[in-house]
Amino acid sequence: MGMMEKAVQLDTPAVREYLTFRLGGEEYGIDILKVQEIRGYEAPTRIAHAPAFIKGVTNLRGTIVPIVDLRLKLGCAQAEYSVSTVVVILNLHSRIVGVVVDSVSDVMALPPDSLRPAPDVDGSIDRNAVMGLGALGERMLILLDIDKLMSGLDMALSSEISVSPA
Amino acid sequence: MSEMHQESTGSGDSIDLSQFYQIFFEEAGENLDLMEQMLLNLKLEEADDEELNGIFRCAHSVKGGAATFGFADVAELTHQMESLLDKLRRHELQPNSQMVDVLLESADASRGLLARHQAGGTGESPPTADLVHRISVLASGGSLAPSQAPAVVQVAQSISSQKELPMPSSSMSMAIEKPSVQGLRSLEIRIGPLDKPEQADAVLELFRDIAGLGKIVASASDQEDVRVFAVETTSSNDDLLDLFEFHVSRALVSIQVAKDSGTSAPAGYGFFDVPDTHVEPVSYADDPPPGAPLAPLPGFGIFDGSPGAPVARDAEGSAQASALSGTKVTPATAGAKAVVPAAQAEAATIRVAISKVDQLINLVGELVITQAMLAQNSRALDPAVYQQMLVGLADLDRNTRDLQESVMSIRMIPMSIVFSRFPRMLRDLAGKLGKKVEFVTQGEATELDKGLVEKITDPLTHLVRNSCDHGIEMPADRLAAGKPEIGTITLSAAHQGGSIVIEVRDDGRGMSREKILSKARERGLDVSDQMTDSEVWQLIFAPGFSTADVVTDVSGRGVGMDVVKRNITALNGTVEIDSAEGFGMKVSVRLPLTLAIMDGMSVGIGNEVYLLPLSSVIESFQVDESAVNTVGQGAQLVKVREEYMPVIEMEKLFQVPRFNSDKCNGIMVVIEADGSRVALLVDELLGQQQVVVKNLESNYRKVPNVSGATILGDGKVALILDTAALVRRSRH
Repeated sequence: MGMMEKAVQLDTPAVREYLTFRLGGEEYGIDILKVQEIRGYEAPTRIAHAPAFIKGVTNLRGTIVPIVDLRLKLGCAQAEYSVSTVVVILNLHSRIVGVVVDSVSDVMALPPDSLRPAPDVDGSIDRNAVMGLGALGERMLILLDIDKLMSGLDMALSSEISVSPA
Repeated sequence: MSEMHQESTGSGDSIDLSQFYQIFFEEAGENLDLMEQMLLNLKLEEADDEELNGIFRCAHSVKGGAATFGFADVAELTHQMESLLDKLRRHELQPNSQMVDVLLESADASRGLLARHQAGGTGESPPTADLVHRISVLASGGSLAPSQAPAVVQVAQSISSQKELPMPSSSMSMAIEKPSVQGLRSLEIRIGPLDKPEQADAVLELFRDIAGLGKIVASASDQEDVRVFAVETTSSNDDLLDLFEFHVSRALVSIQVAKDSGTSAPAGYGFFDVPDTHVEPVSYADDPPPGAPLAPLPGFGIFDGSPGAPVARDAEGSAQASALSGTKVTPATAGAKAVVPAAQAEAATIRVAISKVDQLINLVGELVITQAMLAQNSRALDPAVYQQMLVGLADLDRNTRDLQESVMSIRMIPMSIVFSRFPRMLRDLAGKLGKKVEFVTQGEATELDKGLVEKITDPLTHLVRNSCDHGIEMPADRLAAGKPEIGTITLSAAHQGGSIVIEVRDDGRGMSREKILSKARERGLDVSDQMTDSEVWQLIFAPGFSTADVVTDVSGRGVGMDVVKRNITALNGTVEIDSAEGFGMKVSVRLPLTLAIMDGMSVGIGNEVYLLPLSSVIESFQVDESAVNTVGQGAQLVKVREEYMPVIEMEKLFQVPRFNSDKCNGIMVVIEADGSRVALLVDELLGQQQVVVKNLESNYRKVPNVSGATILGDGKVALILDTAALVRRSRH
């Protein structure tokens, strides 16, 4: 029995898988379990008075889904829409949100020993939304807590916070 | 009324309630189930108000329904439960396990009683006097003596007799399995003979890894190569065998009901399994199971000896025993057992979560869009070459439409659900007012979206009440006016095109034009004698307006008609009034058939498309520069037939980007909401269409001046404008 328990523990490692994508020159990773699907970018329906990074709403098989451009949100120098621009559809607490990124790279398993704590940096990103950094040889992954990032007050993605109508 | 689907008349006294029995039985069953669940989860020391209120509500609902349908025994029992629960939720009493036991028992007894009624009142009714007494003792703060503990069915475990049954196969088990097994079962599982008995230990892992599978404890085995486990599970033998098959061959596994009846279910479980009368199928093996005693599992036997202790469990064991040996079972439980199977008669309806239906509607909507796209793209094809494909597409078109219609009809329920509450209300009301009223309903079978039915009930109640209070005269007055003594109120429903028209008619005194006009002047409303009748009638929708000479406790306080109008407008509906003084009055409510579908007018602003609910669109016209004036800080007014209306420039309000200025701001669309009108300045009218209304807030948030969204034929999302918000905005 004892031996078996050990074996089971080894079988369920703390290795988590991340979907990695590019925003400008930076590479980010989010928990793959939050990702519902990946789609090409189609111009959504604009919403008046929404922040610039909310591109609008789109039709996802009959469901109306808001589209957030993470590049605008995180202050990338350029946010162009080309054929390689993709939308990552996230399923966060039974709400569905699409985020626009420059490109999706791959799905990576990160062992615990390659994780580094998040440094204190000033930037356009909420520090609490960065879970840590992932070191993969020469590459550095910024691991995002996408739940926190999307539910932040400044995202204006749900009705709990009121944005004054213009 | 020419399109009346079905006509039926019924006076207030003779309404047939039996058609609602089935719904009541279903709901009562659900309430009792819910109550049982909540009672079982109730933490006695720290029961929170929410839970207690929830349990109370369940009992209350069952009681209310039972009283309405005349099931006095159920009503009496649930009334007692309600009294006890009421004291608990008011914190006059502290909940204890005795109460929970008695309440659970009462819930079971209620089920038994209901089942008896459902079966047409045949069969012996389970006695409830004892329960009622015990509840009242508890409710008065007393405590039950142990002797009052529920009659416990003591049945000798005679499973051993099975072993004598001749069995054909050798060392493998014959699984005679019922598809689903309710309740917890204690099993003894033997695995072997194996070359390496350790293999069998893998099933321990299974139980640990699969949440909810149950508990397993290894037992002593009489053979070296055989492993024996004591298992507590709710899964069926087949399920277990399927799982084990990953590790050991199915043929080597033998599952038997544990002989040792020292196993009782956790907290009160087994006792309430009483309805479970099926005989547990057991697998038989020719070699007798080893007599090794089962290791006692945690949680067993805790309640032994305490009042309301779980019955020596094993519903299957006892049922089997009584079946085999004819053991007499105590009457209280026997009654319930005999009756309950009737309740499991097949239900003609199923209750499904609305979200599932909505998802279906969504998917069909998608299908319709795809189908429309295919139809569009195939139009250019040469019929001679692609004949088969075109025929296929035509079939697809028809099937899609049929499918959409059927799916939509799932949400539709007949108006009789609403109508049925009025006869009783009118009877009471007429009695109170000393009036004589006959109530006639027409078109009860007309179907309406469930969401709408719920929202239309209150406004309709108000209208019917108004008719009785203000419309119908006293019998003496009616006779003096040469009318029959008994007044008639007619409630009718009918489909007209894509909407439903509900009318409330009475043959009472009608409304007096002069009286309304003078009341309006008193209140300082802007009126003139030149107003048309229908304009005058619309005045009664003004807030606080009442023409009643006496304010009764029924109506006349002037709260009402404005609320009625507002509620109906909120459903994209309209209200019209027709009245002739001395002859009666008719209020027609026109509603869309469903909230999920709306008649919309699409307008273009820049490159964007927005939708207006057609019901609030009054007119549209080309802008004439000279008719537009500005006031103050540039607010625009447009003159329409001697009336100045505020203009809302949609382009500015919605920050529409402009790429080309050729088709610019050509059209004014006049919309009305809450009795006010505004003109919307748009670029062009694109057309009318039925659209499926989608919620914007389920994944996003409320957007100012937008009530929802829809998906256009090309798959793009278009926003639906909130006309009420637009009108409100222009007022500020």
